[in-house]
Order: sequence, then C-alpha cells, then structure tokens
Amino acid sequence: MKKIVAVALLSLPLTGLAAAGAILLTGAGATFPNPMYSKWFDEYHKLHPDIQINYQSIGSGGGIRQVTEGTVDFGATDGPMNDQQLQEFKQKRNCDVLHFPTVLGADVPAYNLPGVTAVLNFTPDALAGIFLGKIKKWNDPELMKANAGVSLPDKDILVVHRSDGSGTTYVWVDYLSKVSEEWKTKVGKGTSVNWPVGLGGKGNEGVSGQVKNTPYTLGYVELIYAVQNKMSYGKVRNSSGSFIRADLNTVTLAAAAAAKDMPDDFRVSITNPPGKDAYPIASFTWLLVPDKIQDPSKRKVITDFLHWMLSDGQKLTEGLDYAQLTKQVVDKELKAIAKIQ
Amino acid sequence: MSTATAIHLPSQPRERPFFKKLQDGDQIAHLITLIFAAMVLLITVILVSELWAHSAPSRAKFGLNFFFSRVWDPVGGQFGAWPFIYGTIFTSLLSLLIAVPLGVGAAIFLSELAPPRMSNLFTFLIELLAAVPSVIFGLLAIFALVPLLRDYVEPYLQRTLGFLPFFTGPIYGIGYLAASMTLAIMIFPFIISISREALLAVPREQREAALALGATRWESTWQVVVPHARLGIIGSVFLALARAFGETMAVTMVIGNDPKVSASLFAPGYTIAAVIANEFTEATGDLYLSALVELGLVLFLLTMIINGLAQVMIVATTRKGSKHE
Amino acid sequence: MMNRTARRKLISQVMLGLTGLCTLITVSALFFILGYLIYNGARSLDWGFFTKLPLPPGENGGGMANAIVGSLVMVAIATLVGVPIGFIGGIYLAEFGGKTFSFLVRYTADLLNGVPSIVIGIFAWTVMVLPMHHFSAWAGGFALSLMLIPIGLRSSEHFLRSVPGSLREGALALGASKTRTILTVVVPAARQGILTGMILGVARISGETAPLLFTSLNNQFWSGGLGQPTASLPVMIFIRAISPYEDWHRQAWAAGLVLIAMVLIANIAARWVLSRGMSAQRG
Repeated sequence: MKKIVAVALLSLPLTGLAAAGAILLTGAGATFPNPMYSKWFDEYHKLHPDIQINYQSIGSGGGIRQVTEGTVDFGATDGPMNDQQLQEFKQKRNCDVLHFPTVLGADVPAYNLPGVTAVLNFTPDALAGIFLGKIKKWNDPELMKANAGVSLPDKDILVVHRSDGSGTTYVWVDYLSKVSEEWKTKVGKGTSVNWPVGLGGKGNEGVSGQVKNTPYTLGYVELIYAVQNKMSYGKVRNSSGSFIRADLNTVTLAAAAAAKDMPDDFRVSITNPPGKDAYPIASFTWLLVPDKIQDPSKRKVITDFLHWMLSDGQKLTEGLDYAQLTKQVVDKELKAIAKIQ
Repeated sequence: MSTATAIHLPSQPRERPFFKKLQDGDQIAHLITLIFAAMVLLITVILVSELWAHSAPSRAKFGLNFFFSRVWDPVGGQFGAWPFIYGTIFTSLLSLLIAVPLGVGAAIFLSELAPPRMSNLFTFLIELLAAVPSVIFGLLAIFALVPLLRDYVEPYLQRTLGFLPFFTGPIYGIGYLAASMTLAIMIFPFIISISREALLAVPREQREAALALGATRWESTWQVVVPHARLGIIGSVFLALARAFGETMAVTMVIGNDPKVSASLFAPGYTIAAVIANEFTEATGDLYLSALVELGLVLFLLTMIINGLAQVMIVATTRKGSKHE
Repeated sequence: MMNRTARRKLISQVMLGLTGLCTLITVSALFFILGYLIYNGARSLDWGFFTKLPLPPGENGGGMANAIVGSLVMVAIATLVGVPIGFIGGIYLAEFGGKTFSFLVRYTADLLNGVPSIVIGIFAWTVMVLPMHHFSAWAGGFALSLMLIPIGLRSSEHFLRSVPGSLREGALALGASKTRTILTVVVPAARQGILTGMILGVARISGETAPLLFTSLNNQFWSGGLGQPTASLPVMIFIRAISPYEDWHRQAWAAGLVLIAMVLIANIAARWVLSRGMSAQRG
C-alpha cells in the first residue's frame, strides 16, 4: 500500500515534467473526422513538441455541448450548430462561436451480408424505408429492384444507428429528410433523433464494430471507417439518378456547388446536391472555435494550427480517404481566422 | 507508540491544570473526528441536492408524466423515462432469475455439504469475482458471450421457443439477454456469500431434529434450514438487485442502446445507467441534460429503497439466528 | 414403503448433486474470466504496452503508459482524500459517537455506498468539472474518493469496535486520556483490519470506469497536470473494446489483464494479511 502511494507520488512530478512548459489544448467532438484529427494532432505535436492538442472523439453532440460549457478549448462537429445552439453559446460564453470546415467526408451505407460480394445499390426510398422500419427484409422488392442479378437473402435487416449525439447521424438524417417526406415529419433531423428501429452503437467506432461483427446488419458510417475495417459499403442514387459510390472524387464534386456559394459562417449542408457524379451523402466537418480566446498562448496555438491545417494538413487528407477543401473555401477560411481575438 | 511514557495520576492536586488540558485534548479529538464524520453526512446531502437542482428543468416540464412516457426525443425536446426504467428492471429481474437458483444452490452446497476447508476456499474464490471490475466483464461479454449468443444460443431458442413473445425478433447477439447474463455473473458473489452466511447461522439443532424425524438430507435442507434462513437469503437477493440496477459499464457495452420497450430477450434495450453513460457528455441543451440528471435521481432513489429493504432483512436474520443460540 | 423412501433418497441425492453443479458453475466463472484474459491479454502484452503512448486509430502499436500512470495518480488522489475521512470518521463512530448523529452518519454512508457509480460521476461533474471548466484528474480522483469513503468508514468502525473493551479500560485505568487510548492502544490493535479494508477499497475503485467518464475524460498524451484531462486504464479499455480496430481490441485485452492482475493481487494480499492478523490476535 505504501509502495503504491510512493510510486504515485513520485510519478506526479513526472507527469508535470513531461508537460512542463507545454501548451495544452483540449478539444472534443465528432467521431466522423477522428482518424484525420488524431493524425493531424499527432503530426503537429511532432512538429511542435511543446504543443499538445488532446482530442477526444465523443460525438458531435458532445463537441457542441462541451465547447458551449467551456470545458474544452474547441469543439468539432459534422452537424453545424443551429441558431438555438448558437444563442445558447453566446449566452454562456459571452462571445460567438466560429465554424471552420476542415475536410470533406461521406456517410456510407455499410453492411454485412455473408455470401454477397457485389456492391449493392441503394435508392433513397430504400434507405428511408429501412431506417423507418418499413422495409424489413434484405430481399424486399425495393432492394431487389435496384440490384438485379444479386441474390439477396430472405433475412431481417438488422439496423444499426448511433446511440450518441452524432454529426454523422446529422448528415444521414439530413439526407433522409431531404429525400423522404415521411422521414422529415416523423423523425426529423438532429444530432440525436428518435430512431424508429435499430441498435445503437457508440461513435463511428461502435457502429463499425457492430456491423463488422454481426451478419445481416446495415449501418451508416464515415467512409474511412468502412475502408479501414474492410467493410462492404453500397452505392447511393443521387439527385441525377446515378448510383454513386463514395470516394474522394465524388465527395469533392458534392461540395462543388456549395463551395461557390459558401455562406460567411460556413454552415452549409451538401447532402443530395446537384451534379451528375456527386455523392449524395457527403458533408463538411467543422471545428468549433470561440471568437474570443482569453489566453494569448492558446489563441496563438489555435490560429497557427488552423493555418497549418489549411495548408500542410490538407495534404494528409487523401491518405485517409477524406477529401480536401477547395481553394475557394480555404481562402475564405484564412480570412475568417482573423476573427479570433 | 509506546505506552510506557509518563502518565499523570489524577490524585495529585498540582496536576489539575494539566489534567484539564488532557480533557480538552479529548474534546478536541472529539471535535476533529466529529467534523470528519460530518463530512460524510455533508457530502451525501450535497449530492442529493445537486441531483435535485440540476434536474429541475426536466421535473418542471414533464412532472409525473416523465415516468410513463416512452418517448426519448432529443430533437423534439420530449423525454420520457419509461424505456430506461423498464430496461433496468427487466434486465435486473432476468439476471436474478438466472443468478438466484444458481447462487442459492451453490450457497446450500457450500454451507451444508462441503467440508469447511473446501467451503472457505470456494467462497474466497467466488468473492474474488466481486472484485473484478465492471469494464472487464463488459470486455468479456462483447468478445466471448455475445458471439455465443448470436451464433448458437439465440437461434436455438428461436427455433424451439420462438412462439413465445420472449424469443421473437431479429438476432443481434446484443440485447437484453446478453446484458442479463452478464449481470447474473456479476451478482453471484453477493447472493452466494450472504446466503451462505445466513444458512450457516441456522442452529444445528434444526437440522438434527429434521434428520432425526427421518427426513433425507435434502428434505432437511430444503424444508427446514432454508426457510429458517430465508430472510437473509431474500436480503441477499435484494442487495444483488440493487447492485444490478446500478451496474453501468458491462451493461452499456452489450445492451444495444435502443430506448425501446420490448418483451423479446433478443431485442436491444437501454437502462438508466447506460443512457447516462452514453449521452451525458453530449446532451446539448439544458433540458436534455436535466432529463438525464433526473434519470440519475430516479436510479438513486430506486437503489436506496432496495438497499434499505435488504439491510433490514439481513439484520433481522442475524438477530434471529443469535436469539436461538 | 420402500419405493417412496428410495425415491426420496434419490431426489435428495439428485438435488444435492445439483447444488454441487451450481457451485462448480459459479466458481468456474472466475477461472473462465481469468483464463480468457490471460490467453488474450498475455499475447498482447509487451514492454511497449507499459512505456508507449497510444497511437491514432488505424495505426498499429502504441501502448498505454499514460493510462497506467493516470490511473495510479487518480487512485492516489482518491486515497489521500478518502482514507483520512473514512478512518477518522470511523474513529468517531466507534469511540465518541452520540446515538442519533452516529445513526445519521452510518445511514448516509450506506446511502453513499449504494449510489450507482454513474450517479457519482454526475455529482463530481456538477461540483468539479463545471465550476473549473475543465475535465481534470482532480475531478476523477474526487469521484473515486466518494466511493472509497463509505468503505473506509464502515471497515474502520467495524475493526475499531472489535477491539476488546478490556484493552480500552486497561489504558483508561492507568490514567490515559481517551485520545491517548485511541491513538496508542485501540488503533494499533485494529490496524490490520483497517488496513485490509482500505486496501480492498482502493482495489475496488481502481477498476471503476463510470465515475471517470465525464470527470477525467481521457487523453492521448501525458496528462498536462492534475487540472487536465487524464487517461486511465478502465476508460481506455472501454473505448478500445467498443471500437472496430483489431489492434485496439488487442490492447483492450492487455489492459484488462493488467487491471485485473492489480485488483486481484491487492485483494488476495489484503485478505491474507487479515487472516494472519486475526490468527495472531487469537494466538
């Protein structure tokens, strides 16, 4: 017992030493870009050993909440804050919050179908029906229609969604709200919704884990999670009628229309966009940064990091299957960084 | 510290000022220890008041309806506790269904049949089970139990008993059954340990009288000893129930996180502790957060009541046992 | 009637056999758990586990050095806060206590003991994380101490009370003050039991996850200090276990093995100390 206390006491100064003189930032939020952010913060730490940016992926809802409460220095979300949340932030923190797009990603319908090697096609009606609980079996006519020649099994579709407040969810239900009137009225959109059916997984990690381990499941995850875990993911029919698979190209195309008309606060939805080859369920993901930061060293770290992220950081995106921001967006952001006081 | 230091005899008159100081010393000690003991009281009072205060928005908006509403809709701002209360009670009762027969059976074996050394050794091992952290149970449940349920047990149950509403629906592996079985293993030690004590406390004469009247070993145990110890056994069951109610990590990892009410064991569900663990850090909006805190308050009250009942029963048994000595 | 007696005897043997089976099942649960952990964890345990920091998802390797230290630090905080309160409070209950106040203290201690760990986490969040605007090791340690206090209190009181009254009376008869009696006679006599209770309590809280989820959060790097988010073994296990990455699963097993080894060793050691102490007292 004494030994344990002694070791702990001895290591206390050690933990301080390890970070002595270091500038520490804490951020929390979206799991959607977590592989990217983890890599970025790791690389940034290698470049600047005295700077530690600790990012915890607890879900976009968590990012919004914690940055509003001020328990973290910045947040991250793939579902932009709505007006009510912006108001709440202003009330609690006496300043505004800025959205900074970082990368483009996509929600893909990942599934586990033993014996089926073909890439499945999903129509908007199929996806809405499955998640509403109306389409229950894999060999439902709606699915068979779009997948001629594929023998779909007569088994229940086990739906997996997010249990936590998620921007990935936001992107998915934002899309469903656009393509299905029934979904829009019955369930709506938000980072946490009242799911009609399905199992809840925690984070993109949890949903991926579920789908990967359980046969006959269908869930939505960020593209990189499906790729890294070698999961099957399907094509989705876009507004032009083509079945598109998510990849760097199709995701970038999805942002093309929005990039031209990017609003000043960067809050924009790019689901179901126009464009022949655009992927319909793509999204920007944002860092949430307060526009007034008291601590000058922290302010410098954040602004420096944002600059780095928009230049060198962007070069690392493709390795992890996230699409870069277009030059227009980058330029606009660089100007916006000046707003951080 | 040696007791050989000088001790002042109270009869010497010129020592009185010193003696007075000794008395004051006692009072200081009394005060100090009282303050520390009062801290325990204070902490608990503050805990309850914090829970009460932070759940205010939710209590004001939903009132008693909170307990009966099934809707958990963060988008629409509607929060109802029923799916979580149901899930908590359902999984806990189901785990009791599994653990009580096994636990009481083991307690009977350990108190009646096993030689003392074996009994002590096995009890020691079972009590070690109580020391295993919850998250490790969760780890094992995910990787060992769930695949077993998903690939073998649940399909088998569906084939044989699928006409019952308890065994219907799609098979995820994860869900009420997985959570209940995990809980059952976690509460074994409580039931076994305390029931064994209660059974051991039953006076020998009772057993011997039954045997003398021609009862078999089993009859003597089941019809005489066990009823005599029943308060203690029931108390252990309540204690285990309280433990099951509050269990967080292992359940969160295998319950499926779906705020729905379902009779089927295969269905995913949710418990109060699990929803708090999953959604607390991200509850956007004060109403959402206060609804979660209110759930915490409900859980606290539930476990308080059951723990209280358990204590009463266990104390009653030990008193009853010693009365006959 | 031979038939009926024979049947009763058969039932007796079958039922008693079943109870033996029950015992076998329940005892084997422990071995099964240990076996699984050792099998999966030992393969994944290497020196790097103890010395390296975690890597981003998808990259293999890395370790949990920061989580091990973080856990030790927060358990140390909890011990420094919880043990004195439990111990000194226990002295009050055993030696000084008045009737109603003691009853209240015991009742609230039992209440605190029964509070689900997740609710303790909520409480620690409201009183420490919110005002400080920080997830921190302090908050995590504080939450853990709340779980240690009732255990320490009850076990201290129990073992102090079990010291025979004759020892106390002897000291008082020799003219010692109550304080001196407690400090020099009663406590030393009870120290083995109290120590055991504390060790068991510390072992229990070192495995707790729920109170840490929203108090100390987690950290990729070495914690920046006690006022910063800190990694801990149980939280790491949780996050790694529910992820889809094989490498992270491997790490979860290794961490699980380390954690259970720490907890079980502490438990076995404590009980052994206690049993020796008891027999020494009787001897």
